Amino acid sequence: MSYPSDRKYTKEHEWITADGTVGITHHAQDSLGDIVFVELPKVGTELTMGKTFGTVESVKAVSDLYAPASGTVTAVNEALATAPEQVNKDAHRAWMVKVKMKNPAELNALLSAADYDKFVSEEAAH
Amino acid sequence: MSVVGATPTVRKTALNAVHRQMGAKMVEFNGWDMPVEYPASIGGGIVAEHMAVRTGVGIFDVSHMGDIRLAGREALAAVQHISMNDASRLALGQAQYSALLYPQGTFVDDVIVHRLGEDDYLLVINAGTREKDFNWVRDNTRQFDCKVEHLSDDFTQIAIQGPRGVDLLQKLTDADLSAVKFYWLTRGTVCGLKNILMGRTGYTAEDGFEIYIPPDEATSARVWHEILAAGKEFGVVPCGLGARNTLRLEGKLPLYGHEITDTINVWEAGLDRFCKMEKPEFIGHGALEKAKAEGVKRTLVGLEMVDRGIARDGYKVLDEAGREIGYVTSGSPAPFLKKNIALAYVPPAQSAIGTIVKVEIRGQGVRAQVIPTPFYKRPKKP
Repeated sequence: MSYPSDRKYTKEHEWITADGTVGITHHAQDSLGDIVFVELPKVGTELTMGKTFGTVESVKAVSDLYAPASGTVTAVNEALATAPEQVNKDAHRAWMVKVKMKNPAELNALLSAADYDKFVSEEAAH
Repeated sequence: MSVVGATPTVRKTALNAVHRQMGAKMVEFNGWDMPVEYPASIGGGIVAEHMAVRTGVGIFDVSHMGDIRLAGREALAAVQHISMNDASRLALGQAQYSALLYPQGTFVDDVIVHRLGEDDYLLVINAGTREKDFNWVRDNTRQFDCKVEHLSDDFTQIAIQGPRGVDLLQKLTDADLSAVKFYWLTRGTVCGLKNILMGRTGYTAEDGFEIYIPPDEATSARVWHEILAAGKEFGVVPCGLGARNTLRLEGKLPLYGHEITDTINVWEAGLDRFCKMEKPEFIGHGALEKAKAEGVKRTLVGLEMVDRGIARDGYKVLDEAGREIGYVTSGSPAPFLKKNIALAYVPPAQSAIGTIVKVEIRGQGVRAQVIPTPFYKRPKKP
């Protein structure tokens, strides 16, 4: 899998673009398996980098979502409420929330596509 | 996202390398490194695997299951003493669902008792309770003239499950499977291996067979691949523990450690029809008589989520006013039924069909309704 280089990645397997669009990675959806439920915050919710902001559930597991940056939720992908499997089909397109970032410099602390790819391969080797 | 990975040192079945080769996602289950699901590229994924078993056929490596053989002059008396069902009703080649109980009437484990011969019984037990079960059986049958053997490592056990399971296995054996009824056994040549035990049993609430073959890696892998090749025309899919769990949950088949434990008794679990109180004696009989007279304080019910949310194992069950009344033993999306279901212990007063309760999900009470079980019953063949 090659990860798109137009965004940054967390070690908790979220991605965020420079304009604050957030989703989970291909690796994350693959690890979870069939995704059946996505619970997201309402527009206007304040997110704090590293804190949970929602939940993704597959048939077998419940996983928290961690905010890749701090800021205010400006949009939520409502389509995922009825079609959560979109995350399995194309995780890098099936965005979850858009965030107006408080401090875009926070993204500097996140992983580049190449570093994330390396991180995932190393994790798999353990 | 937190993604669970990394498995500690655990036991492996003879098919472990095959599962990894096929790209299965592996998990630790009761001390075993087992496939949870296979990749979508070969037709896998929990939902796809589940649907294959409901509509076609799927195969499972269930070699982690344990086996205890009781053979000898007093084998029947020994089995009768340690199990709650009535093994004297078993004809040669017949099997029954049963359980081993503590003197308190609670569960050591649930088992399938197979009658292999005149005085020869095979108990198939759970993976996580192998040693405990064997010790229990050995220690509680010392007074009988009967040999107790732990055969858990003597077989690779493969389950071939689904409405087309019989057609698949028939291609690989000389035994006439149409003559084998549900919960009966036969022996025959399978993939060139002589005298293989085949039981029309399973843990999917579907028709199917479980076969017991030699446990070496080469034979196990050869048979596994031959089954997959022969099953191509039926759309066979290899299945992992993920689908095994959702399939058994739809059928309300209990799972040790969840619906049945060492603190839950037979009446609470609703397994009355497998417990033969007319038998003069078995371990747990006295306590169960007493418990029956006293009545149960909790009972196992089926729930369907009314509001959006998925009940999971261990979640609290609340009444409509928000008071805690019980807990979920197993909960999951049901892939075939396409709804979110759960099994839960609640007081008898809240167990009537149609009762609205709440399941506490991340601090919120989410509404659910008591519905009839099993959630899924396989259609009768025409």
